[in-house]
Parts: sequence; structure tokens; C-alpha cells
Amino acid sequence: MIHLEKVSKSYGSFRVLRQCTTQVSKGDVVVVCGPSGSGKSTLIKTVNGLEPFQEGEITVDGTSVGDPRTNLSKLRARIGMVFQTFELFPHLSIRENVTIGQVKVLGRSLEESNAKGLKYLDRVGVIAQQDKYPSQLSGGQQQRVAIARALSMDPIAMLFDEPTSALDPEMINEVLDVMVGLAQEGMTMMVVTHEMGFARKVASRVIFMDQGRIVEDSPKEVFFSSPRSERAREFLAKIVH
Amino acid sequence: MLGDGMALSLEITAVAVAVGIVWGALLAMMRLSGIRLLRWSAVGYVNLFRSIPLVMVLLWFFLIVPQVLQRVLTVSPDRDLRLASALVAFSLFEAAYYSEIIRAGIQSVSKGQLAASFALGMTYGQSMRLIILPQAFRNMLPLLVMQGIVLFQDTSLVYVSALADFFGQAYGIGERDGRIVELLLFAGAVYFVICFTASSLVRRFQKASEWQ
Repeated sequence: MIHLEKVSKSYGSFRVLRQCTTQVSKGDVVVVCGPSGSGKSTLIKTVNGLEPFQEGEITVDGTSVGDPRTNLSKLRARIGMVFQTFELFPHLSIRENVTIGQVKVLGRSLEESNAKGLKYLDRVGVIAQQDKYPSQLSGGQQQRVAIARALSMDPIAMLFDEPTSALDPEMINEVLDVMVGLAQEGMTMMVVTHEMGFARKVASRVIFMDQGRIVEDSPKEVFFSSPRSERAREFLAKIVH
Repeated sequence: MLGDGMALSLEITAVAVAVGIVWGALLAMMRLSGIRLLRWSAVGYVNLFRSIPLVMVLLWFFLIVPQVLQRVLTVSPDRDLRLASALVAFSLFEAAYYSEIIRAGIQSVSKGQLAASFALGMTYGQSMRLIILPQAFRNMLPLLVMQGIVLFQDTSLVYVSALADFFGQAYGIGERDGRIVELLLFAGAVYFVICFTASSLVRRFQKASEWQ
């Protein structure tokens, strides 16, 4: 469903992504990990065109992301994204956060949007907070609302950019549980994270990046038992206790 | 008479604030846009108006606008266009200041908000209108009101065209009755009360604001 072919990107002379090639098939859960500055967040943001890239090709469901004729807004409406810093809209209530995209982008009626939004708020366990504002919620609750906001658009795939990195430790699991549930239901997911427990549980493949390159792209069993590269071995030794 | 003068001062203020904010918001978005021509025109406009004293802008407009209107719209030369000139001059001038406040306000909203609205499939226009500007306006409301208060005081500069605003009326009455000092002190007190009340209200509103 998502294909990346020799994608490269640089800021001036600094090369953030070098010849990255991979794909995510329908129902795959692909975890992207690597040291900070390895380009993993940049890579995931190129998939929905939030980060432009200079070389290579990305297609999502047959649509080319880099093609200037592509209507990026239309494509993005079909891909859910969850950010490290939640990015709920602070001037809107929780319910409005999960309906504004449906109403303004998809053109759904307010009733239909409310029904769908509340269904997903219920699913992620924050329906009781629907009339509150984001600043009144804990980080874990906000991130779950962000997931509900993305899901209510009925995405064909979900992108997660370090969804638990800004959370207090005791809130990480409530967010991961929601993501595990999604993965088990067959949602196509690309997840940048250091949560190797999550990767072991639901990932179909693990991608390891270093200095803008995809160094490893293996089924999770292979990645965890016998990583091919020295860098991946060192990385795993550091973060898996 | 004083009441008519106050109505005129408030009318000029209201129109200039409204037009200034809308035109200023457009200028701010031009200045932040990726298109060089738009950016440079906005920078030029803002720098031009911010480098000229308001009183000169007013005078020029009193001389220019009536001529343009008379030529283009064939308005009779007898029509009193001083108010129209004042409204145009204040609006264009204030837009330059408002655009700088609004630009700072837009930049005060985190970049992630734009990314999040794009990720939902919003266009640039939708993101600005629905997500960025509402937050930016809330952040910059105190500055916008303060600018409005300064503008209200500056409306007294229309005396250069002998338009009878509040200040002009007070001065006129003072001159007529030989009580200039009293009337000017009184006018000053009225300006003070209005402006001080307005800025106190802003401060109270800021505290009561629900989010952030």
C-alpha cells in the first residue's frame, strides 16, 4: 500500500535521508527505530507529504506523493497521523477535535461526524471528557484523543511519529494498548518508536535507521534474534534492558 | 456637539480597526507565504507606512483621495470627502501595524498545529481559518486592543483637516467660550477614562480565558 523507492532528502549539504527503499503492505505493522537524528521521523513525514523530498518516489495506494499534480490534501485526508506532541487543537473541545476534519474536509454532516467521533472517543476511553478542552486532559488522554481524531477520518493507514516519547512513563501503556488493539484489528500502521515491547508484540517488520539510511528491514523475529548490522546490535543492547 | 464629535472619533476608530485587522491579516499571510513577490510587497508596504508619521499620511490622503474619487467615480467636487479620506488613511496606516501584530500572533502558534491540520487533509486556507488564526487572535487580542486604543487617541490628528471629531469639537467650544484650558483638560480626562477602562477590560478578559 505504501511504497518508498530510493527516497533521498537533504537540508543544504546535510543528507537526512539516503536512498530509503521499503514498503508497507495492507495490514502490515512496520516499526521504525534508530538513534535520534537517524531520519526516522523525517522518513515517516515524507509518506504523507509533510516533509518534501528531493529524490526517489513514494506512492500511497497508487498515488504518487512527490508528484506536483497530486492533491496532497486529498491524499492526507486518507492517511491518519499521530504526533509526538499530540497537537490537538487547543481552542476546540475534545468533541470538536474529532469532528472538525470530518465536517470540513470530508464534508460529513455534523450528526454523522459526532456519532463517529464519539464512537472512537469511547473506544479509546475518553468519551467522558468530550466537552473538555485539551489542556484539561492528561498527556495520555490527549494522545488517545489524537488517535481517535485520526481514526474518525476512516484512514486507509495510520502513521505514528514517536507517539509515546512525550508521555510520562505511567501513561505510555494506555496509549500503547490502543495501538496494539488497532494492530490486531488489521490496521496498516507505520510506527516510529523506541517501544520494543510494542514491536515484539505486534510488528510484522522492524526497520532500523542510522544516518539517514535504512540499515535493516527485517521480520521482527529476525531483527530481535539476530540483527545483521553492528549498529542495530549496539542500539538494541542500549534500549532493551 | 461634543457627543457628535465622540461619535465621529469612535466611527473612525471602528472602521480603521475592522479594515486594518482584515487587511493586516492578509498582509501578514502574504509576508509569511512562500511566494517571494507577495512577501516582498507586504514587507515594502509595512515598512513604508511604519516609516512615515501618521499626520503626514493623513494630510496626503486629504489631498489625494478627493481628487481620485472625483476623477474615477465622478463625484462632485463640492462633496465633503474629508471623512472618507480619513477612513481610508487610518485603515491603510493601521493595517501596517496590525499586520506586524498578527504576524507575531501567527508565529506564536506552534508549527505542529499546521502539520496536524495538514495531516487531517485541510488545505492551507482551511488550516489558517479554522486552526491557526483563531489561536493567533486569542494570543494577540491584548495587543490588538492596545493598538485600537492608540488608534482612538490618534484619531485626534484629523484636526489637520478640520474634521469635527471629539478633540476638534472640544477645542472649538473652548475657543468659542474662551475656556480652552478647561475644555482641553476635560477632553484629556475623557480620553484617559475611555482608554484606561478598555485596557483594564482586556486584562480581566485575559485572566478569564478558558484555555491555555
